[in-house]
Amino acid sequence: MQFLPELTLLGAGLVIFIASLRSTGAATTRNLAIGLGSAIFGATLLSANQTGKLFFDAYQVDLFSQVFKMLIAGAMLLVLLFGQKLKGIPEKIFPEYYLFLFMSVLGLMMLVSSVELLSIFVALELSSFAVYIMVPMRDDSGKFRFQMEAGIKYLLFGVTATGFMLFGMSYMYGLTGSTELSVVITKLSTMWDTPAAVIAMMMVLSGFFYKLAIFPFHFWVPDVYEGASNETTAFIASVPKLAAVALLIRLVSLISGDGQMIVNILMVCAIASMFYGNLSALVQKDIKRMLGFSGIAHAGFVLLGILTFQITGYANAIYYIVGYVLMNLACFLVICSVSKKGENVMIEDLSGLHKRSPIMAFTLAVGLFALAGIPPFVGFMGKFMLLAGALREGYLLIVILAAINTAIAIYYYLSVIRVTYCSSPEERGVITPSILTSATSVFLLAIIVFMGVSPQCFIDYASAAVQTIM
Amino acid sequence: MDQLLINPDYPHILSTLIFLPLAGAILLLFVRNEYFARYWALGITTLTAILSIPLINAFDRSTSSYQFVEQVTWVKSLNIQYVVGIDGISILLVMLTTLIMPLCVLASWSYIKTRVQAFMVCLLIMECAMLGVFMALDFILFYILWEAMLIPMYMLIAIWGGPRKIYASIKFFLYTLAGSVMLLVAIIWLYIHNGYSFFIPDMMWQNYSSTAQIFLFLAFFLAFAIKVPMFPFHTWLPAAHVEAPTAGSVILASVLLKMGTYGFLRFAIPITPEATMTLAPAILWLSIAGIIYGGFTALAQSDMKKLIAYSSVGHMGFVTLGIFVLNTAGVEGAILQMINHGITTGALFLCIGMIYERTHSRELRDATGVGKHMPIFVTFLTFFSLSSFGFPATNSFVGEFLILAGTFEHNIWLALAAIPGAVLAAAYMLRMLQKIVWGGTDNPDQSWISDLNLREIVTLAPFLFFVFWIGLGAEPFINIIHVSVENLLNNYHGFHNQVAVVTELIIQ
Repeated sequence: MQFLPELTLLGAGLVIFIASLRSTGAATTRNLAIGLGSAIFGATLLSANQTGKLFFDAYQVDLFSQVFKMLIAGAMLLVLLFGQKLKGIPEKIFPEYYLFLFMSVLGLMMLVSSVELLSIFVALELSSFAVYIMVPMRDDSGKFRFQMEAGIKYLLFGVTATGFMLFGMSYMYGLTGSTELSVVITKLSTMWDTPAAVIAMMMVLSGFFYKLAIFPFHFWVPDVYEGASNETTAFIASVPKLAAVALLIRLVSLISGDGQMIVNILMVCAIASMFYGNLSALVQKDIKRMLGFSGIAHAGFVLLGILTFQITGYANAIYYIVGYVLMNLACFLVICSVSKKGENVMIEDLSGLHKRSPIMAFTLAVGLFALAGIPPFVGFMGKFMLLAGALREGYLLIVILAAINTAIAIYYYLSVIRVTYCSSPEERGVITPSILTSATSVFLLAIIVFMGVSPQCFIDYASAAVQTIM
Repeated sequence: MDQLLINPDYPHILSTLIFLPLAGAILLLFVRNEYFARYWALGITTLTAILSIPLINAFDRSTSSYQFVEQVTWVKSLNIQYVVGIDGISILLVMLTTLIMPLCVLASWSYIKTRVQAFMVCLLIMECAMLGVFMALDFILFYILWEAMLIPMYMLIAIWGGPRKIYASIKFFLYTLAGSVMLLVAIIWLYIHNGYSFFIPDMMWQNYSSTAQIFLFLAFFLAFAIKVPMFPFHTWLPAAHVEAPTAGSVILASVLLKMGTYGFLRFAIPITPEATMTLAPAILWLSIAGIIYGGFTALAQSDMKKLIAYSSVGHMGFVTLGIFVLNTAGVEGAILQMINHGITTGALFLCIGMIYERTHSRELRDATGVGKHMPIFVTFLTFFSLSSFGFPATNSFVGEFLILAGTFEHNIWLALAAIPGAVLAAAYMLRMLQKIVWGGTDNPDQSWISDLNLREIVTLAPFLFFVFWIGLGAEPFINIIHVSVENLLNNYHGFHNQVAVVTELIIQ
């Protein structure tokens, strides 16, 4: 029962693998994948209250990990639902695509439960390798083959980050003589005045910075977002970030004592991510690139919660990343629907969307206003709580800089909304989203508003989850 | 929490006023019928207006406490509450909002031809947010509504606006949002220094350090001065006014601008009295600059909407002048003038909108000499123009007189500097009036133009009624605000006396 979600995922992978051996129709594969996705989500719900340790204490099942497994499975299901057509991917590799998708999610689920350096590494690699293959899986009828470029870039940056991480882990082992996270961190916390400990910690964190796209490990974001198919990008932009935040919190929450050096470094990373992301997003023409840069800025905001070193701060970070994933998925839902054959969507392609498909335009507007942090949506509440938490710890300067960033960001979000609502569609055709897509978008809208208006129960739940790992 | 009065006769009246339009808007989202949308919006806004009338009757004029209070915990872990209440400072603004909204719906009856449902949804959400801003006693509730209002207003300008609507709407949104991000930081700072509470009355008259007060005041000032708008933060206003549809201009002029001055009265003065004392001279002279600048610029406009927009800059300069002289006459005049400006300028925008519906031009040149063919229209226009430059027996006269009386009491040079503004107002309004009513020898052929229909007369008549009511008998209006204003000023002067005593003790 403790291992149920992972086993279900593994089983799902096997079923898809069998499907890939025979020539299964595209529609069958799709429905099969959605069915399996729902089963996985159901499994995470079933095992929500499990606790225990597995595999010689290398694998910890607690409320914290189970909450994140639920979130990961939920986000994956949403991606499957609105990306069901897989427009950008050749039909004959559908089963393989789903297989790697499930394997990547399996890696992420194992990641949030890992409490030992080696199992963290193995889980992270499992999730990354599957995505390395998913990125170039795109219809290559266009002559540019930029998906290959994206795949190579993602791989190289990923391997570099992993290299850093592995190097940091070797330092950790050298300093403490253990690979168990709790032992490592307890011993490390007495030696924050030695540079080796700080460097080791930062190197390990860099692996997650890479997943979360935090400066200075963000360089892959724009090109990979642009090169990968829309559905893959939706996945990369949401699901791995949940797991990355989970692991960041797991690592940072164990830092006790005098970790001021780490706080300072995190602060610089957060501010640099915000400014870099927001300023670069101002000039983008491809909406996926724009969302990529905005994602870098939002990752900086998440760090703002983590660097408070408080339970409320971690809970706020969880609330914010969940909100971010929902808002982001709402935007990607629209991108996937607008794109006719899986090609990239330029911002100008959204012209007159309100006439071509009112519900898509509305979803996009709400998603972007929420990302911009306008009340009453979840983006505002999350941002507000992060700022309040950081100011409570006395970081006035960083709060002011973050507030300035909010003002910068509004411009590019608003430009997209302007295009969707204020320009004429010209020759662009009407879009009729499928019922499933419309239902998903209504669900996303409802939860974006609901989380923004009554954040209490979500925060309580996140705090309870964080409490179990403190 | 002794400042809160719960009125047992009307337990949920404020929440009803806030949420009725919202509920109406949500229901309207599912409707695809344009006629129904118009009648529905009119019905909802009228119902809200009728429901708000008991506020005036049941309002206790002898206390400065917040009345009709409702209090519910909203987000427990952050101690955010849903708490609403009104006092003398906000009651007239609430009434102004509820009463003006049905007229805005009427003014958009035939003006808006595309996507009527969406337009009415935006109007109703605006009403909800605007009422909430004036009633909120929790700072986060205030901030949420203050920001949330930007979305429907942006949509009103960006979708149904004039030719340069995109530029105007983005400028409006960016200006107001950029101005209020620091307000959020200030709110969080106050929250942390007030025992983790967002309750606004608890934040008032506290002894924050002088430096903190200055920074808080600057954060408030940036947010509110942009909204007012004070010179030199006014540049978004003409653009937004000119491009917005009539109802949008009316809401903008009548209600949105008042939020800035309301913010000064509700937050800046009570929360940062020391900084107010220090910085008031600068703000007073900025107000004078706004009055003179607005007047001269209005004099040079050939676009009628722009003319009214710049006249707003001047009129709002009078309001901030009245607020920051910080004596009874000044502040009472300022509040009254907020209402007057809402009535008069709102009505003038409606008049311009009616001409625009006929000639499809906002140019003064194209509207010359319509007096002969539109006698009813020019009668209305004349009264509103007279009111706009403060002609005796109209509403603005009372407001401007009180403000100037307060200014004389405060500093005679300041008052002398403000006088030319009143003269300029007469100059630009009479110039516009002369051109529209009579024009010259080269008037375009206006004989095809039709006079106002019944709907338009019904839209304008209430404004005229209030112009004369306040102009001839302002007493009831001043009564209702008097106690709250006295309380505000007593607290303010009391605070400074106390500070002076403490300083003296330290010196000794």
